[in-house]
Formats: sequence, structure tokens, C-alpha cells
Amino acid sequence: MEPITGAEILVRCLKDEGVEYLFGYPGGSVLHIYDELYKQEDVKHILVRHEQGAVHAADGYSRASGKPGVVLVTSGPGVTNAVTGIATAYMDSIPLVVFTGQVPTALIGNDAFQEVDTVGITRPCVKHNFLVKDVRLLAETVKKAFYIAMTGRPGPVLVDLPKDITITKTEYHYPKKVKLRSYNPTVKGHAGQIRKAVDMILSAKRPMLYTGGGVILSDGSAELVELTQLLGYPITQTLMGLGAYPATDKQFIGMLGMHGTYEANMAMHECDTLIAIGARFDDRVTGKIDKFCPTARIVHVDIDPSSISKNVKVDIPIVGSVPNVLRAMINVIRDEKLKPDTEALTQWWRQIDEWRKMESLRYRPSTEVIKPQFVVEKLYQVTEGQAIITSDVGQHQMWAAQYYLFDRPRQWINSGGLGTMGFGLPAAMGAKFAFPDQDVACITGDGSIQMMLQELATMKQYNTPVKIINLNNGYLGMVRQWQEFFYQKRYSMTYFEALPNFVMLAEAYGHVGMKIERPGDVEGALREAFAMKDRTVFLDFVTDPSENVFPMIPAGGGQNEMLLAERDDMVSTHEEGMVLV
Amino acid sequence: MNNSNRHVISILMENESGALSRVANLFSARGYNIESLTVAPTDDPTLSRLTLVTSGNEQVIEQIVKQLNKLIDVVKLIDLSETDSIERELMLIKTKALGEQRAEMMRLSEIFGGHILDVTDSTYTIELTGPGGKLDSFLRAVEKDAILEVVRSGATGIALGQKALHV
Ligand SMILES: Cc1ncc(C[n+]2csc(CCOP(=O)(O)OP(=O)(O)O)c2C)c(N)n1
Repeated sequence: MEPITGAEILVRCLKDEGVEYLFGYPGGSVLHIYDELYKQEDVKHILVRHEQGAVHAADGYSRASGKPGVVLVTSGPGVTNAVTGIATAYMDSIPLVVFTGQVPTALIGNDAFQEVDTVGITRPCVKHNFLVKDVRLLAETVKKAFYIAMTGRPGPVLVDLPKDITITKTEYHYPKKVKLRSYNPTVKGHAGQIRKAVDMILSAKRPMLYTGGGVILSDGSAELVELTQLLGYPITQTLMGLGAYPATDKQFIGMLGMHGTYEANMAMHECDTLIAIGARFDDRVTGKIDKFCPTARIVHVDIDPSSISKNVKVDIPIVGSVPNVLRAMINVIRDEKLKPDTEALTQWWRQIDEWRKMESLRYRPSTEVIKPQFVVEKLYQVTEGQAIITSDVGQHQMWAAQYYLFDRPRQWINSGGLGTMGFGLPAAMGAKFAFPDQDVACITGDGSIQMMLQELATMKQYNTPVKIINLNNGYLGMVRQWQEFFYQKRYSMTYFEALPNFVMLAEAYGHVGMKIERPGDVEGALREAFAMKDRTVFLDFVTDPSENVFPMIPAGGGQNEMLLAERDDMVSTHEEGMVLV
Repeated sequence: MNNSNRHVISILMENESGALSRVANLFSARGYNIESLTVAPTDDPTLSRLTLVTSGNEQVIEQIVKQLNKLIDVVKLIDLSETDSIERELMLIKTKALGEQRAEMMRLSEIFGGHILDVTDSTYTIELTGPGGKLDSFLRAVEKDAILEVVRSGATGIALGQKALHV
């Protein structure tokens, strides 16, 4: 076999791995790699406008498709720009493989031009990282990177490539499989634990299913639906879990947590048996930990042992992949013809229906000013609930989660763990690459959209038409809401005294811009925009600047201590809550 | 529940350049205590053995063990405090040795099973091994202002009986 350069090897690896898109940005240390990319057409390189955008785009591509997202950036500033994206993916367990250029091996540690300690900087926000010091290890390292990123609890893996490695030659061989003696994620759940869990689940009087992003990441949606319907139990989902179980089904009682529905949070608080699946008891979900599910016995299914009993001590832990464990549970229930306590269940549902009557997502409609919730509801109608929705971070994100009913997994894409403003637009672009024939909309705010605006140019270059739903309230709304509630309306640095003309801005990038100021125009504008299949349309909705997200559990509150719209004018928080975020 | 116990955790990990910093990073990032940390290659040059001493309540230790296991470079680990095991630490101590001190210091070293490695007309350098607690007692027994320098290796340990940590 002819020896080939490291750069050629890398590109061959990507081909052999079946990589379709590589999101990246060139620079000195990766020039050899870009030269090889130039010579072929199998791996399509997408030239973004900022490395953070590259990582978010790869991330959005991965969340939409289930495939790994792949990134290439140069050393130094290329890497530091990418870090926010990598940390975003890490917090939500998204499989990415990020290739970074590095100064030549001989210069490492010399403060060379565009040198940063990439492996050191990224170590806390990757699942694993590698520095390739020998070209003969390159192909195997790439294989390991994909393997580690995609298996177990997924996550970003970074491969740092010194420039000399990319021109050194060796023979190419891409291993079909790799084995790591130090890494063997458990997939199959323990049969004894599963059996015990089934008994506990079926003996419940007030059961509750609480599921998270792990169900989506493990493609466990079908098993979740089957188990939930077999049991007839109520189900709530985290912000990251939405779509795994259809939101339009009657057993779904809404999202839980800080901005969850009244019925979901009350049911959590009152349940006697909690079945947590692929969820990690995040503080946005639990509220104050010692007030969390005070009467519940807890079963927890998760692929990551360190997620189990981290925040909340559980009674029956099951380590394994969600579809695998749920399938085993379903089999036990069916084989032994086990039945839940229907009498207790009827009573429990009666109680939940009482809570539902609170209509905690009700908001006061207006014919004068556009309510942000109304825009999301209309978007849901116009897209017939079928669009892939990405979002940024803030109030608009919560309204998107609350009012767009997601019926399938991978339809809802947002930065839940890190809460990265700027995520939405590049993620929408990535999702559009994955599904060019589907409608993709990015629900954003006037703050967030300005953090990754430059990607509008990338979207023009590659013609990835996305509808941008800007809920423009003129404020950093979510922060303003906290200031209104907890800082006596001292609106410190949350009002934008200058905003761009978004319509002209969209046009400047070659897209269509629309400004919508009246409630009566919302639906028409949306229809018009979605009719333009091949255009990116920036819809700038001028919304009620004083609107708040309800329900809300103030930091430090228990799940049953929600503030509701129109009902809680006087908002206070617990003293200890003020130190929480 | 809240009582904080000392644990000796012994880890076999890939002998890779970044491996040690991954462990150190984990402890600082998650706010875990680290009392001591020793690391050296094993008979198999691809593996390092790392011993760390930490403390925390049951729940914290459980998390530490899980988080360590989650590191890709960690091959295997054992919490030595959960089994019959022995723990050893090496201490080198330089003391003043003047007049009456000379006999006194020599006697103390003998009682604790130490070796005097180096003698000058005014100092001794003593080597002592044992469990951390024994080294502490020795330090307490020596009068404070006689101590010139103390170097401790940090604890290492091994399980007793047939139990062995290997791949
Ligand atoms: C990169 C980044 N910086 C700061 C924050 C803190 N933050 C959270 S929400 C928010 C306001 C978002 O404003 P906007 O995008 O206009 O959305 P709105 O809340 O008004 O809907 C801010 C500043 C963040 N999440 N991410």
C-alpha cells in the first residue's frame, strides 16, 4: 500500500465513516487538510462564518438526524471560538467529533503562533479528547473518536492534530471496529433490577413517568410510547425530552420543572412512584431538592451510572440503554400478564384532571399587541405541528416548549443544559442540512439572534431555507422577568436601546425580511413565509414587552410552589433561592 | 449520613500523557477533596497505578467512584477502604540532632521502625514507612522545632488476600 499523508488519511477516514457534512473554518494549521478536502467531493465541507456556528450547526445536524456531527477548525482562536459550541453539546450529551488544528509537534509548549492548549482547554467539556502525536495512530484515533462519541452516554470528542502529522506519510488502514479495554458501556439492564422495578411500578397507586433527553438520544421513543400506553400512566417530559412521547396524547400532562405545567409539577409532588427514564434530575426540574417528590419511591433508568443517585437518591437504579431496558420491562409485563391497579389509577387521573382545570398555560389574548404565546400557537397551526423547531435561550424558548406540541422525537432542538444564546440559528441550519425537505423554524429573541447572526450568510451560500421567528420584545426578556419578580423592577442592562432593522438586515444577507406588528397579521405572515419554500425568511414579530413566562417555580421553591399567570401579582422568592440561578 | 470518611481509591489507568490531569481536573471541577495522589507506571508499561486519598460522605464517595469510572482512560478501580487492605506511605524527615536530641531522635526512629539515612553533626535524615496514621504519630512525637523538613509520598495501598487489581 502506498503511504499517504495524515491529511489524506483524515479525509479517507471521514469518507469511510460515512460523514456527509463537515462544518468548519480554515486556518494555518489545517491547510493541508483543506487542500485534501479540495480534491474530493464525498465529504461536503460547509464554510460557516464563525467557529461557534460550525459546532452548533454540527450539533443541530446531529440532534435532528441522530448521526454524529463533525467539525474542523484551526488552532488557537479557531479552537477557543469553538469551545462554547463544544460545551453546549457536552451538556446535552450530543455526539460530535471535533477536529482541531494544532501547531507542529516540535513547537507545542513554545507559545507558538496560534497555539493554545486545546486538550487542556476542552478537557472539562468533552467526553474525551486526543492529541495525535504519531501519524500511524491517526486512523485508529479517528475511529475511537467516533466510537466514543456515539456509544454509551454520547458526547463530543475532540481530536487535536499537529500540523506536521497532517503531512507525514504512512499506510492507511481504517479499522472496522475498535475495542477499548477501559470503556465498555452497559447496554443491557440487569434482569433482577428490571423485575424488581416492574413490581414496584405495578404496585403504584399514584404513578408518574418522568422522561428526558436520554430517550431521544437512545432512539427509545417507540418503547417509551408502548410502555406508557400499556400502563396507562401519566407522563411528563423534561425540556430535553419533549417529542419522545407525543404531546397531543391525553396521557401527556405537559413539561415539568421551573416552567412546567401545574398538573405535571403537582403530579410529581404527589406521586407515590416515580419512573425516571433517561433524565438526570437537573435543578431546573427538581426545584428545591429536599422538597422534590416527597412521597415517591423512585426507579431510574439511565445509561450513565453517574447520573443515578447524583442529585436524588433512588430506590431502584437500572443502568442500561433506554430502549433495551424498556423492552425488557414490556416483555415482563406482557409475558406475565401483569396489570396496574386500575382503581387507584382512575382516582389518580381524576385528581390530575382537577389540576388540569387550572389551565396553567392560559394567557390573556390581545387584539392590540402580539402575544408571544399566540405566535407560537399560530406557528404550530400553520406548520401543522410538523416542523423541526430550534430555539435560542430565554422566554421565547420556554414559550416554544410550552405551546408547540411536539409529537415526534428529534423535532425539538434547543440548548437545555448550557443554555447557550446563539444556538438556535446555526442549529436550524444544521437541521436543514439533515432534512432539506422539511420545514425548519428557529424561534428566537432579539437578544439571542444577535449572537450568531453572521450565519445568515452561510445559509445564503448553501441555500438552507429556514424560517426565523423572532419574538422581539426589545428586552433580554428572561432576565427582565427575573428583575421584575426578584429585583423590584430594577431593569439593569436588559433593555436594548438600539436594535437593528431586522428586515433590512435579512435583506442585506440576501434573505426575505418581514416585520409583523399586529395580532391580525400573524397567521397571514406565517403562511406567506412558509409558502416561500426555498427562501430563508426572517419574521420579526413585535411582541408584548411585558409578557412573562408562567407557570414559574421561583429558585428555591418546591414543585408545588408555582406562580401562575394573572394569579400571582405579588411574587416573592425564598431567601435561600436568591443564591440559586 | 454527613460524616465524612477517608477513602483510599486505587486506580489502574492507561499510561497516556493526559490521564493524570483528567483525574486531577475531575476533582477540582466537581469540588471533591483530594488529600494525596500518587502515580507511577506498573509492571505493564501501558498502565499506571494511581492511588488517591479523598474524603466525603457515602453519597460523595459513590459519585467519585462513578465519575472516575466514567473517565475513558480509567481501566479499573477499587475503593481499598471497602475491603481488607493495607496502606503504606513513605516519609523522609530531616530533624535537628544536637546534644541530647541525638539519642532521643535515634530512639524514636527505632521505636517507629525508621532508618536513619544520613547523619551530620547537627542533623539526621530519617526514612519511615507505614500507614499515614503512624507517620502522623511520629511527627507528633518529635518536638516541633526539631523538624527541619518533611517529605511524604502520599498513600499507596493494596488489597489483602487473593483479590488483585489487574487487567
Ligand atoms: C451566551 C449567553 N449569555 C447570557 C445568557 C443569560 N441569558 C439567559 S436568557 C437571556 C435573555 C435572552 O433574551 P432574548 O434572546 O431577547 O430572549 P427573550 O428572553 O427576550 O425571549 C440572557 C441574557 C445566556 N443564556 N447565554
